[in-house]
Amino acid sequence: MRNLFKFVAIVAAVFGFAGASTFVNAADAQDSIAAIKARGHLKIAVFSDKPPFGFVDKDGKNQGYDVYFARRFAKELLGDESKIEFTLTEPANRVDLLESGRVDIVLANFTVTPERSKRVDFAKPYFKTAIGVVSNDQTPINKVEDLQGKKLIVIRGTTADVYFSKIKGIDLVKYDQISDAFQALRDGRGVGLAQDTTLVLAWANENKGFSVGVGDIGDVEPIAPAVRKGNTELRDWINDTLAKLGKENFAHKAFDATLKPYYGNIKPEDIIVEGGVF
Amino acid sequence: MPFSGADILLDSANLARLAEGLIVTVRVAAVSIVFAFVLGMLIGVIALSRGKLVQIPYQIFLQSIRIVPQLVWLFLFFFGFAKWLGWNWNGETTGIVVFSIWGTAEMADIVRASIGSLPVHQTQSAAALGLSRSQIYLFVLIPQAVRRLLPVSINLATRIIKTTPLLVLITVVEVLKVGQQLIEVNILTNSLAAFWVYGLIFVIYFLICFPVALLSRKLEARWSVQ
Repeated sequence: MRNLFKFVAIVAAVFGFAGASTFVNAADAQDSIAAIKARGHLKIAVFSDKPPFGFVDKDGKNQGYDVYFARRFAKELLGDESKIEFTLTEPANRVDLLESGRVDIVLANFTVTPERSKRVDFAKPYFKTAIGVVSNDQTPINKVEDLQGKKLIVIRGTTADVYFSKIKGIDLVKYDQISDAFQALRDGRGVGLAQDTTLVLAWANENKGFSVGVGDIGDVEPIAPAVRKGNTELRDWINDTLAKLGKENFAHKAFDATLKPYYGNIKPEDIIVEGGVF
Repeated sequence: MPFSGADILLDSANLARLAEGLIVTVRVAAVSIVFAFVLGMLIGVIALSRGKLVQIPYQIFLQSIRIVPQLVWLFLFFFGFAKWLGWNWNGETTGIVVFSIWGTAEMADIVRASIGSLPVHQTQSAAALGLSRSQIYLFVLIPQAVRRLLPVSINLATRIIKTTPLLVLITVVEVLKVGQQLIEVNILTNSLAAFWVYGLIFVIYFLICFPVALLSRKLEARWSVQ
């Protein structure tokens, strides 16, 4: 599988280069605000199996912190929070969904990184995170050095994958699906699982016998909505909207509605960003 | 508590969603298999010709499909075509197109090999009896070849079915993804959700693939030379 993904990356890079230089980019201009209004609905990519950010509830409805923002964006832009078409996304295809014009906005716990910023435009953040490692209480991981010579589970294409790939002496076990990775941790296929602090905190809160020994690896990073590279019109609109929503403490409302049941009594300001002010 | 957590499978809403996912899986696989078998037969027979005009395009088609992983083709058709050509096929259509092309290539080679492996004297004897070229194929070669290609083509059909979970990367929610959604949303209350949901999906895949295998065994027995 590792080779396969390398291959995907190479093919994508080759075609991406060819695409950038010779083809007309057909995705252009399908996601201008006028085009969205004419279409009548916003196309937003969200996760479907990543509670509490984006998941599908018992009734088959999209829910979560990201979805809460997505619905409000639709209400602000089109006057109706139901005028929205959700596209299911995976960590590995968020950039492609924007580049190919399949969606207008990605609201999928998307951490801002320099690499990603080359290919998509991030708006101001609505959330923040670092990397955390969740481990079994029998074999606790309390600092990065504890991982030397051991197996660490990561999800391919995530910030944690990139970060730990640069550290020597840690054996990375990579999974494509979040649910598979957590199952692997339960099955003892690694001593720990590295992912965004928020996600591992929530998971440890729900799973007895596991806890987050270290939660501030790397820099504290902003998580922001992303639009197609060059779509400054939509990005600016999102920034203005976030600032406006900050005046009514919208992120705190979203926290209470979606995150609180998962994190329990933590300080909202530790993870949410109000009004786009990081 | 050997059955704790099994109630996740008794919830009618959960089962309905799994069924929806299953319909997507079966629809993509079934349509692709039909296209693959029909087009594969046609191209396979054409590929028996030794002419360069046939062999060069055929080999390029076959090898490029075979060498490149299905996931790459899915990405290329779904994201690439949308980006460069503005073809916004939905994920399911893209999946059917890619799996049909892949299946066609594999099937064509199976057909070509099956017919090609028949002894030359079959063709020669049929010709000596005065059968025309199309009659030789229709009445002599293809009936014998079908017996040879049956086990391999059934294997191809089950491979197509088992490749459908890749579709999740082009935003298609098939049965396995629904399963993962159920597991994640129930994790708070049900730590064995993964076991039960994956267990059910295992049974579902078995129920799809086993009848196909059974049918092939029946047909093989029926058509075997007494």
